Amino acid sequence: MKDLSLHVLDLAQNAVTAGATHVRITVDDQPEADTLSISIADNGCGMAPEMVRRVQDPFVTSRTTRKVGLGIPLFKNGCESCGGSFSLTSQVGVGTTISGTYQRSHIDRPPLGDMAGSMMVLIMANPELNFTYLHRLGKEEFLFDLAEIRAVLGEDVPITEPSVQQWMSDYLAQGLKTLYGGIFP
Amino acid sequence: MKSIEELKALRAKAQENVTLRKEDGTCRIVVGMATCGIAAGARPVLLKFVEEVKARGLNNVMVSQSGCLGMCALEPMVQVFMPDQEKVTYCKVHPEMVSRIITEHIVNGKPVTEYTYGAYVKE
Repeated sequence: MKDLSLHVLDLAQNAVTAGATHVRITVDDQPEADTLSISIADNGCGMAPEMVRRVQDPFVTSRTTRKVGLGIPLFKNGCESCGGSFSLTSQVGVGTTISGTYQRSHIDRPPLGDMAGSMMVLIMANPELNFTYLHRLGKEEFLFDLAEIRAVLGEDVPITEPSVQQWMSDYLAQGLKTLYGGIFP
Repeated sequence: MKSIEELKALRAKAQENVTLRKEDGTCRIVVGMATCGIAAGARPVLLKFVEEVKARGLNNVMVSQSGCLGMCALEPMVQVFMPDQEKVTYCKVHPEMVSRIITEHIVNGKPVTEYTYGAYVKE
């Protein structure tokens, strides 16, 4: 994966597969503490403790098209090789939370990448799900809540409507740009 | 500045568009978006499809995603389902190939054979 936003897209896909109705994505950027953390929490079907351990192995997957499952191991390895940490907690019937922290200044830490693009792909492909994206920089934050947007639109305008799509894409990009002043980590 | 207020203003116009939109003979464009697809660059491909469909105002086209199609080396893969036509699978799709697929296949109904899986396997 070339950047962190691609990991977010990939891991959120697992949440969708797990039958989640609400996926909460958090990027917590703390320059002073020199950490950059990502967390994806869902209310999907969850996993048994045994499976939580096994999915961290690249040769385990629940899919049937191939025998390897690289999403989680790639993310885990990326965090750990950048002086960070990784955690995966899950409870059957409640949901799963996957999170990873990078040492922000580590030379191998991938750039953040196009978070707005990842969010748009997730929303467009799963318009029936609710996504929340919270991006924190130090004490500042930007919150994107799909439920709020849905409430504004009402029932007769779907979020997949092209002009709404364009607005969401611009809103996300601008929110992040405002937070960072155009210089992304 | 983009704001929720602006979205409220946009709503009326969006509602008009919804009424114009008809769900007839829907064509589906499906982009493989598993770990393999994402790592190979499927995200810009999907976003480009969405952009092209919007730019051309193709009301009967739906862009969506699927998991791994089982041939990770050929990702990003795109499958096109047209009404009354057999499914067409494109492999190693690059955003620059998207507008040609839209013009020739989606609009004019002729698959771009040189980008297809069949053409790739023959080589």
